[in-house]
Amino acid sequence: MAARRVWVWVEVDSDGGPHKLSLELLTLARSLGTAEAVVLHPQAAGTVAALGEHGAAVVHLGDDARFGHYVVDPQVATLAAMLEAERPDLVLFPSMFAARDIQARLVGKLGLGAIANATGVRYEGDQIVVTTPYGAETVGTVTLDNAGPHLVQIRPKAFAVEAVGGNAEVRSVAAAIDDGALRVRLLGTEEATAEGPNLEDAEVIVSGGRGLGTADNYVLVEELAAQLGGAPGATRAIVDAGWVPYSHQVGQTGKVVKPNLYIACGISGAIQHLVGMGGSAHIIAINTDEDAPIFDVADLGVVGDALTIVPALTARLREEM
Amino acid sequence: MNIVVCVKHVPNPDLPMVVDPQTRRLVRNPAESVLDTADEYGVELALQLVEQHGGEVTVVTMGPPAADDALRRALAMGANHAVHIQDDALAGSDALGTARALAAAIRPLAPDLVICATESTDAYSGMVPGALAELLDLPQLTFAREASVEGDTLTVKRAVDTGIQTLQASLPALVSVTASIAEPRYPTFRGLMQAKRVQVDTKTLADLDLDAAQVGEAGAQERVTAIASETVEKQGVKIYDEGGDSVEQIIAYLKRIEVI
Repeated sequence: MAARRVWVWVEVDSDGGPHKLSLELLTLARSLGTAEAVVLHPQAAGTVAALGEHGAAVVHLGDDARFGHYVVDPQVATLAAMLEAERPDLVLFPSMFAARDIQARLVGKLGLGAIANATGVRYEGDQIVVTTPYGAETVGTVTLDNAGPHLVQIRPKAFAVEAVGGNAEVRSVAAAIDDGALRVRLLGTEEATAEGPNLEDAEVIVSGGRGLGTADNYVLVEELAAQLGGAPGATRAIVDAGWVPYSHQVGQTGKVVKPNLYIACGISGAIQHLVGMGGSAHIIAINTDEDAPIFDVADLGVVGDALTIVPALTARLREEM
Repeated sequence: MNIVVCVKHVPNPDLPMVVDPQTRRLVRNPAESVLDTADEYGVELALQLVEQHGGEVTVVTMGPPAADDALRRALAMGANHAVHIQDDALAGSDALGTARALAAAIRPLAPDLVICATESTDAYSGMVPGALAELLDLPQLTFAREASVEGDTLTVKRAVDTGIQTLQASLPALVSVTASIAEPRYPTFRGLMQAKRVQVDTKTLADLDLDAAQVGEAGAQERVTAIASETVEKQGVKIYDEGGDSVEQIIAYLKRIEVI
């Protein structure tokens, strides 16, 4: 039996290389069969060497300028034509905006089964078996009944980036684009503003709670957030107390966030707050009460006074960065 | 303008998620379910757009009878009409089945704009808006943090890795929104009273001319084969600060996770 063909949809980074999340997926793809990368981007050629280095045996390369001027439509049209023609067993998508748009649209267009937020893929015979977390405490095992290609989106950091060496064979992709079907124009991309990201967009969030003592101390949270290029957040308790505006609130009645790093300062961890930030990839908690529930979800729990540790950390980061 | 907002009745996210080991579906206790907070942002955007441009807002949901509660909440916020897709054969629908049912209910309304949340709070696959846009043959502008309409042009801003993108398309279109889009209003007492009087338009599969094999458990390709209630214990480390010595350990951790 021929090796399974596992495609990886590649996002091109702002520096022109393949995005790290796509490289993570090559690690999984190699373990399942022949890893093939798909890059549809005007600067796609710049990714080939790195994709080969990370184990892609083939790079399907489309560099039509229209892939840069429009979002979703040209990629979907081209990828749909490629999937129908080549029928790979599996297409892996990173958990990124463009990838999700494209995957979701392909689900509607081709009537294919798809799975999002997966942390693992394996095969039992010919049956694909995908693991996905359900909330914080339950893991589901999911399969797809259709014949494939299967479309599976993988969570960040489920797999490590592995440079294994190698050269990819480049196959040129003919863009299957009907100009009449190009409907969503990309007018431009502004650099993110210097004041820092807002809560939903931030990769790093530093939040404060009652443990800060007084409203005046919230500035310590803001300074640490700014130093890390992140956004400041807050618990409902201090929003209700009027220390900070409602727009800062993380939690069930505030904003649900999933940053790469969440630092909870003086936060006990009420369920209402945990629901809003429990999906963060990494959590640091600083609290004087060693029994605080926030420590149950923390990767690094620091039992201590946020009022002294947070400013010391900010000062130390200034030296470091 | 004529706007449709897709909404969902979801288990109260404050409570732990429970999965039925027999059906392997999420246990949905109607008494403990609410209009998905993620949907309130879309309802708010729709209300603001019709305040500016005129028109009406219709909220659409798919779900069991209790999902009426989500529609009533959106009506109380100010939506004008509500459609409830309700049929036993829809239970167990996957993202594609859900999108098919929503598309069938929305198509005859011929809206100028369809608004969805980015993802639901309970299933959070994020696959429904894109699949729905494809089935309705609409351009999709997703993850919007700002949206404005001028004439028949929709402009959306969204934050991506490289900065803030500005996207534009002609109406009709589908937009999915994030929490940054608008601060949802609270229903007024008058709104709550009016919401009770609105006649919700209930649609069955037959009403929508949908084949039962295309939706629900029968049409689902995604099949949950096992649910393990394994507690994902965080292998967290707890340290005790002594005179500020934890700072170096925090720095080391930040380096390990490549934040610095």
